[in-house]
Amino acid sequence: MPTVVLSSGSAAQQFTAGQTEFEVEATNFRRLILELERRFPGLGHQVEESMAIAIDGEIFQDAYSVELRPGSEIYLIPKIGGG
Amino acid sequence: MNYIDSSLKVVGTRPIRPDGVDKVTGRAVFAADTRASGMLWGKILRSPHAHANIVSIDTTKAAALKGVFAVVTGQDFPEIASEEAFVGEGPMNFRDLSLNCMARTKVLYEGHALAAVAASTQEIADQALALIDVTYEVLPHVIDVEDAMAPGAPVLHADMFTSGVTPKPETASNIAKVVTFKKGDIDAGFAEAEVIVEGSYTTQPVHQAYIEPHACLATYSPDGQVQIHSSSQGHFMIRAYVAKLLGMSISNIRVNPAEIGGGFGGKTLVYLEPVAVTLSKKSGRSVKMQMTREDVFRASGPTSGAAMTVKIGAKKDGTIVAAQQVLKFQAGAFAGSPIGPGCMCGFAMYDLPNVDVVGYDVVSNRPKVAAYRAPGAPITSFAVESLMDELAIKLGIDALTLREKNAAKNGTKTHYGPVHQNIGFTAVLDAVKSHPHWKSPLKEGHGRGLATGFWFNIGGESSAQVHVNEDGTVTAATGSPDIGGSRASIGMMVAEVLGVPATTVRTIVADTASIGFTFLTGGSRVTFATGMAATQAAEKVVEDLKRRAAQTWDIPVDAVEWKDGAAYPAGSNAGAFEPLDLAALALKAGRTGGPILAEVSINAQGAGPGFGAHICDVSVDKETGHVKIERYTAIQDVGKAIHPSYVEGQIQGGAAQGIGWALSEEYIYNAKGLMENAGFLDYRVPVASDMPMIEAVLVEVPNPRHPFGARGVGEVPIVPPMAAIANAIRSATGLRMPDLPMSPPKVRAALDAAG
Repeated sequence: MPTVVLSSGSAAQQFTAGQTEFEVEATNFRRLILELERRFPGLGHQVEESMAIAIDGEIFQDAYSVELRPGSEIYLIPKIGGG
Repeated sequence: MNYIDSSLKVVGTRPIRPDGVDKVTGRAVFAADTRASGMLWGKILRSPHAHANIVSIDTTKAAALKGVFAVVTGQDFPEIASEEAFVGEGPMNFRDLSLNCMARTKVLYEGHALAAVAASTQEIADQALALIDVTYEVLPHVIDVEDAMAPGAPVLHADMFTSGVTPKPETASNIAKVVTFKKGDIDAGFAEAEVIVEGSYTTQPVHQAYIEPHACLATYSPDGQVQIHSSSQGHFMIRAYVAKLLGMSISNIRVNPAEIGGGFGGKTLVYLEPVAVTLSKKSGRSVKMQMTREDVFRASGPTSGAAMTVKIGAKKDGTIVAAQQVLKFQAGAFAGSPIGPGCMCGFAMYDLPNVDVVGYDVVSNRPKVAAYRAPGAPITSFAVESLMDELAIKLGIDALTLREKNAAKNGTKTHYGPVHQNIGFTAVLDAVKSHPHWKSPLKEGHGRGLATGFWFNIGGESSAQVHVNEDGTVTAATGSPDIGGSRASIGMMVAEVLGVPATTVRTIVADTASIGFTFLTGGSRVTFATGMAATQAAEKVVEDLKRRAAQTWDIPVDAVEWKDGAAYPAGSNAGAFEPLDLAALALKAGRTGGPILAEVSINAQGAGPGFGAHICDVSVDKETGHVKIERYTAIQDVGKAIHPSYVEGQIQGGAAQGIGWALSEEYIYNAKGLMENAGFLDYRVPVASDMPMIEAVLVEVPNPRHPFGARGVGEVPIVPPMAAIANAIRSATGLRMPDLPMSPPKVRAALDAAG
């Protein structure tokens, strides 16, 4: 199963009771969000609205269809804008 | 299709900029140039206090003044629920944005809007503002970020409880959130270190100082439809914010992008548009609003100021084994400083085993910060790259060698999670090493500094259309406001795909009703993301043109090839036909399927991160403390420079803004929390005579995720200058300047203190 790591200590950890690393059953970004919301109510919404994810090293800001592999490492990080 | 290894005829050349003639002849239409029949002038009443409760507002006299058609206050705006969203350039709370556009019960900084009028002339509008009677209850204020964090500081928001800490606080404070990033074991790392350096640094809030103040023209029709002409970095962003803040549907709002006189991140928010629409609705007339320069300083967002500490531990050979940073970013009156990227960028240039970064987002009685080129990165990098210089000195290692030894490479895992891929940082450092500037001996009395910088770059949602006109010329339309030359770069990519000269393609910025949604211009994303959409649209047009040629020649479409702007039979077996160029195919378009056009909308992923390194030589006048930049070289991995002149311009502009940030720019507040230098006379941005020639060196490590290898270029060049200059001053004088700006009084004081 893919492993999710919360590297931001901001809003995300309030939903996981401080848990910073856990496995999720999901095969793409969208299912990951749904699963996060099911397990930690509020976290899926938080990720969708204001966070980006790094899947196996690459940052994705929005794309639902990005596939996850068994063993994928997923970091939840603040969404990135610019000037 | 990927063109990275192709022989390119347009991309990489330097055609004359398509918007140049209109701009140098004054014909370009900026938002302040727009007019409407029966137009009124809107003006805003701004708070004279840094922090106060609004006890009452009496607008009776103002409304009764002849020539006044509408007066609005906070009561005319819908109450907005607290809701985080990512419409602009960072997470934004809609309620805060609404309160920032028009205060309700409390003003939080000098310049905070609390009422507005629409009148037939600007003079009458000014008279009306003077007739609005406001009773304030003045409250204690706080300006400095560390003062705002201190126990007993005046609290701006009674409902702000720090997030990101456990347990959740029970008392309100000015610390909106705490963010942390950790990698490895920081204690074990420092235990392993043979040399440890530490430092404390501060930076000041600095304004983007775009030359064009905010302006808009809004018309609210009786049927509920709204037209807005506005200067912004994203007209779809304006539409979304106005709809949300005024409770309107997006389909009733059409935003026309005006030419923009600079943004640099500062035009990724709304200030005037919701007010202008409300005044127009109430008056029944079009309403024009524009800020003065003083308004821009007092009421629009600069970037954060910060207080920071950094600690780095290394082996004697220069291998860094531990890196720690604490960042306190001032957010202005509402939460939302760039603390996240600030925490992520400082150490992103290096391959480090143990990292610990903590960041604080802190409110105080100043204008809400806005994005500014690589938000957060220049601040954090000033601290880290200054301390890297101290580490090099302590170790007796050359500053470049220290960076080479610890440089991030492909496969380096960052402390915030992602793994660097297809990056060009070592290529940039190689270019430093071989550059004549780095190899040249220092002149007597001069000092030399080196600093590096990183920015993620982003992709995102973009739409582009490519039309072949009836005569075979081409129009490319996108939804991206052109701030840094995107009309040129997009037109050139389309021309390259079509095989025609750049001058054949005219690129326009289409309004919100004329093209698909496009995220705003920022994050150095447009040439990458919108360019990708335009390239794909051009490729679709080529496929269509080949189909039309095949139909004309009555041969299979796979027997047609497209090259040099025309369809050719693909080999002798396909038949002996004369080539059909764009003009010929456009002439017969009606017979081959109708108008020739394609539109592509994408959510572009794979923006390649950017790295840069700046070399700076300075001299320091020991009598006045004045720092003179003697030579400046900015080296950057740009992926592929689509139009090298624009890329060089981006690098020079970023470096110039960084030089101002380093040496002269700061907000000066008096004891009442009022800004004392709200104008270019006293808020000193660099002028031409301050600047050396900035040599821009383009390193091209292609980004394989873009058809031409492009990566964003506009953010990185503002990241290294402050530390490069501080390191050069250190080299020239032996003094470490940890506090920005390194202005003559501070440098002189440091020289005096050192004896």
